[in-house]
Amino acid sequence: MLRLNEKRALSFIPSLYLVCLFLIPTLIMIFIAFREPGDYGGVAPLISHVDNSAQINLTLDSFKFAFTSSFIGQLFLRSMAFSIITTVFCLVLGYPLAMMIAKSGKKYRDILLLMVIIPFWSSFLVRVYAWMIILGPNSGVNYLINKIVGTFGYPSVNLLYSSFAVVICLIYINLPFMILPLYANLQKHDDTLIEASRDLGATRLQSFLKVTLPLSLPGVLAGSALVFIPSIGMFVVPELVGNNCSLMIGNLIKQQFLQNENWPIGSVTSIIMTLVVLGISLIVGIFASRLKGLKYANK
Amino acid sequence: MAILEIKNVTKQFGGNLVVDNISIDIKKGEFFTLLGPSGCGKTTLLRMIAGLVSPDSGQILLDGVDITNLPPEKRPLHTIFQSYALFPHMTVADNIAFPLKMAKWDKSRIDAQVNELLEDVQLSQFKDRYPHEISGGQKQRVAIARSLVDRPKLLLLDEPLSALDARLREHMHMELVKLQEETGVTFVYVTHDQHEALALSSRIAVLNHGTIEQLDKPDIIYSKPKTHFVADFLGKCNLLKAEVLATTTDTVTLRVASGIEFSIKDPASSSYQIGQIGWYSLRPEKLKLSAENTFDATNLSVIKSKVNGYYYYGNDTLYELDLGNNTKLQVMAPNHTSDGVKFFVDNSEIYVAFDPEAGNFLDTSSC
Repeated sequence: MLRLNEKRALSFIPSLYLVCLFLIPTLIMIFIAFREPGDYGGVAPLISHVDNSAQINLTLDSFKFAFTSSFIGQLFLRSMAFSIITTVFCLVLGYPLAMMIAKSGKKYRDILLLMVIIPFWSSFLVRVYAWMIILGPNSGVNYLINKIVGTFGYPSVNLLYSSFAVVICLIYINLPFMILPLYANLQKHDDTLIEASRDLGATRLQSFLKVTLPLSLPGVLAGSALVFIPSIGMFVVPELVGNNCSLMIGNLIKQQFLQNENWPIGSVTSIIMTLVVLGISLIVGIFASRLKGLKYANK
Repeated sequence: MAILEIKNVTKQFGGNLVVDNISIDIKKGEFFTLLGPSGCGKTTLLRMIAGLVSPDSGQILLDGVDITNLPPEKRPLHTIFQSYALFPHMTVADNIAFPLKMAKWDKSRIDAQVNELLEDVQLSQFKDRYPHEISGGQKQRVAIARSLVDRPKLLLLDEPLSALDARLREHMHMELVKLQEETGVTFVYVTHDQHEALALSSRIAVLNHGTIEQLDKPDIIYSKPKTHFVADFLGKCNLLKAEVLATTTDTVTLRVASGIEFSIKDPASSSYQIGQIGWYSLRPEKLKLSAENTFDATNLSVIKSKVNGYYYYGNDTLYELDLGNNTKLQVMAPNHTSDGVKFFVDNSEIYVAFDPEAGNFLDTSSC
């Protein structure tokens, strides 16, 4: 057992790391949000001298702009929509998979879990590029789809560089983050509970709806949070496989810092996004704490 | 009238014969116990009745209806699991209401029935608690209430008391018997605890290696065990090598532990052969000890022996005697004197007497 002082000493380096690389940058970002944009990018000097009097350049203009700009609002809504769709699809696809892995014999379970994790062995970018080939204009998939669409008399479509491609990639990238927490939850379930529910008159489906599903809600919430939160800030995927109509809030933030060089607008957008994510986490947290009895559900 | 008929049921797991051609008729309103060591097939048999395992061959009839291939939810019976299997995300009341909701009862009828059951098991004030908020004994009672709430034809109990401590277990014994008598529901009880089986059951089937060793009333099973296994498994028993010296139509003369000879009544005696070797079983409490040979030798067999050691149990003392030739004899002596117990100390010479009729000859072919 470590004594309290030793525990504190051990947590010093991680704490220092978080303070330097998370807390201080966040404070800088908040500070920048109140600054005025510089003429040539970055921010204008904090103190400027006009007519021999010093003037402090702090403003709420960036906030006003962000809250009134329909363009930014649209990007937020789209990001939310993409993330919700991604989360729902990951849940629908991931739940049966997680269930199958949890119920399979020990021998196969490890192999199946390995197959879920294997994609992480290659770079995220490589995997998105792979989808660019799969969905690209010369791909078999695109050819087949256009054949089908063509037989019904519709004009041919491009799968790549579309919202469809963005969502497909988001689902693909995030699916393991749904499967793993769900698996961790389902694997702990006591099979006797299902036997008991069948014994007490519930069919297979009723047993799932009344017992397995409610007991897996903590896993569903954890997986959904792990998928939703990174999805909403994603900017690489829309940039690589999306078009102008599928840009997300992450793209805007990147543009404000790197292309438009309007750091205050970028900071304000980042702050809003952080607050949205925090708000969602809070709602999820409250919901999770309301699930009475579930804490003790797993042996 | 048989409410449950098990006909030639067999089950294998990976080439392992777990239940081997078992047939049992269980009467309506009976407290029937399947007793045996772990791995004897008793739980598998219970799970086949519940529909959680399907038999490889054979038939199970409930109230005359073949339920062999019915899914568990279609069978008018319930199981109480060893772990209780209460739904952790539901309150006590919701747990008890579960079978009624599945059977689509009206809300008002469900509430009335649940409240009645809550009163029966004295848990009314705990109805809104979750399973993790109540004690083991209370969980047990919730499990019982949940399983009896829709008055099933049969209640299967899979070692339901094994998770409770000894005092609570004894209390639950009485509660279970009372509940069974009040509700009239037929109980099929699985246990490896012989005391529990003897105390609760109207009949017991002793199982070993997937077959029934003996099926009878508790007192018969205990006092007239049919096989070496039953004698050994239920309570303490002296099993002495015995040789058949002579037989008549209803008596057999034995030579036990190379020396003691006597005749006992035995309806199966005509099937024995002279010179056949078997076992003579004798419960330790059927023997009497004395420092002096004051026994009446007309009805009793008396042996001179030596105390090897003793264990003090409080209400009685178990002596281990040496009969020579590596044969040990256990004697349970009640400590009923009003003053302190006086033990026969180790290595002291002692006389031990028993009525030969108190024991049984066990044919080795039935081992």
